[in-house]
Amino acid sequence: MSDLSLHHPADVTTEARPARIALTTLILGLTAVLLLAPLAAVFAEAFRQGPMAFLAAISTPDAQSAIRLTLTISALALPLNAAVGLAAAWAIAKFDFRGKAVLISLIDLPFSVSPVVAGLSLVLLFGSSGWLGAWLALHDLRIVFALPGLLLATLFVTFPFIARELIPVMSEQGRSEEEAALTLGATGWYMFRTVTLPNVRWALLYGVLLCNARAMGEFGAVAVISGKIRGQTTTMPILIEMLYNEYLSVAAFSMAALLASLALLTLVLKTLMEWRHADLLSATRRH
Amino acid sequence: MRIDIDEIAKSFAGTHALHPVSLSIPSGAMVSLLGPSGSGKTTLLRIIAGLEAPTAGRVLFDGTDATGITVQARRAGFVFQSYALFRHMSVFENIAYGLRARPRGTRPSAAEIEQRVMTLLELIQLPGIASRYPAQLSGGQRQRVALARALATEPRVLLLDEPFGALDARVRRELRAGLRDIHDATGLTTIFVTHDQDEALSLADMVAVMSMGRIEQVGTPADIRKRPQTDFVRSFIERPRLAIA
Repeated sequence: MSDLSLHHPADVTTEARPARIALTTLILGLTAVLLLAPLAAVFAEAFRQGPMAFLAAISTPDAQSAIRLTLTISALALPLNAAVGLAAAWAIAKFDFRGKAVLISLIDLPFSVSPVVAGLSLVLLFGSSGWLGAWLALHDLRIVFALPGLLLATLFVTFPFIARELIPVMSEQGRSEEEAALTLGATGWYMFRTVTLPNVRWALLYGVLLCNARAMGEFGAVAVISGKIRGQTTTMPILIEMLYNEYLSVAAFSMAALLASLALLTLVLKTLMEWRHADLLSATRRH
Repeated sequence: MRIDIDEIAKSFAGTHALHPVSLSIPSGAMVSLLGPSGSGKTTLLRIIAGLEAPTAGRVLFDGTDATGITVQARRAGFVFQSYALFRHMSVFENIAYGLRARPRGTRPSAAEIEQRVMTLLELIQLPGIASRYPAQLSGGQRQRVALARALATEPRVLLLDEPFGALDARVRRELRAGLRDIHDATGLTTIFVTHDQDEALSLADMVAVMSMGRIEQVGTPADIRKRPQTDFVRSFIERPRLAIA
């Protein structure tokens, strides 16, 4: 936004000044109304009764447990998704094999299936009357209404984020740098560490951040499988809904503000990293 | 190192990229695989490097079967068509890569690596670019860095895929002479792929003309010029130079 290029000499390829101002104003206005205003409203509501009420709302045992649960789930989901996403993107971008088109469609499946349906399908599979329910009960394994179920639901919903970021970058880069590493004597693992991974680090980081934001914010799939047991299987988004339904609006908005802050924090981290490594980025011509 | 290609064939999903071809390359020779695109020359080069496995046939290095040897163990220096420099590493790190990739026991010390990189930068006549990144180099500089990187590990053979393809005419002439000098100085068996008959005939000791996955004729440049053995070789050698050169 700092360079609207209004001060540059008239350029044959740009629009007339009024058109540029109108377009810029329109998009800034829309951004403000659609993105910033709701966020501001959440924070305003959270602090309506002052910072002490906000602190009290986020330090109740239920709130603390929800925060811990949400952070635990995303901390578990991120490395799992990063590993699987990298493997899937690598296979798709660098090799030809039968069933590749099917794999690409499968990766996109969570985008097209409603999260509620995903949650229900997990209950159907692992619930007490589900396909695997009897076997799980026999071995005293709990998936539905417990952490494993919440994790599975989160993994399902966030599955495409990292792979989808990586596939175009890896396809564009091709295999030749990796082949060069191999002809120079590098083992597969050394090549992966020194060539493959550094070449996709920004795409990977971006995918991880998107994945993190979604993992912390996921409601639909998690709500179905959680059972909403307070202090045990209640994540932050679920607790927010419960508090809101109980007309505890300051508490609800305080949790919402905290959740939004966590998401904003990841965005700030990404911007900071891009800013600090600007030299290297321009040298390698990668986002 | 002497290289024998013994009845090598390669097919991709039913199409034959290489019909069984055989070729003997004496130690220290500079050989060109010449042919139009789709003639199988790059596939043959990649098979020698171990980047591609043949469907049938054997590759012999100094008389021993190398067909099943991994690409890492073959120690074939390879210069890729687009150079494939590691974009996130400086020129120094690019050239040092093969030495640093060695297991701890055989890895040279940091000082030895630096010495080697500096010697190679002198060899390619580009001292002083060690700290630059590939994106900051011209096409000709990139090609020479790729050559230095391939030479750093003291390969047994040097393989180049269209090494001058992406360069303008003046730089191309310079680098041709540079490659010939490096070949003569190191005595490395060198095989390069090209579609440019002028390049092949002026630079190589021995030329293998390829078409449609077959080797049409093998001989010295003078042989190929004076006594083309097939219609294809005759028309390919005599065709007017393309305007790109």
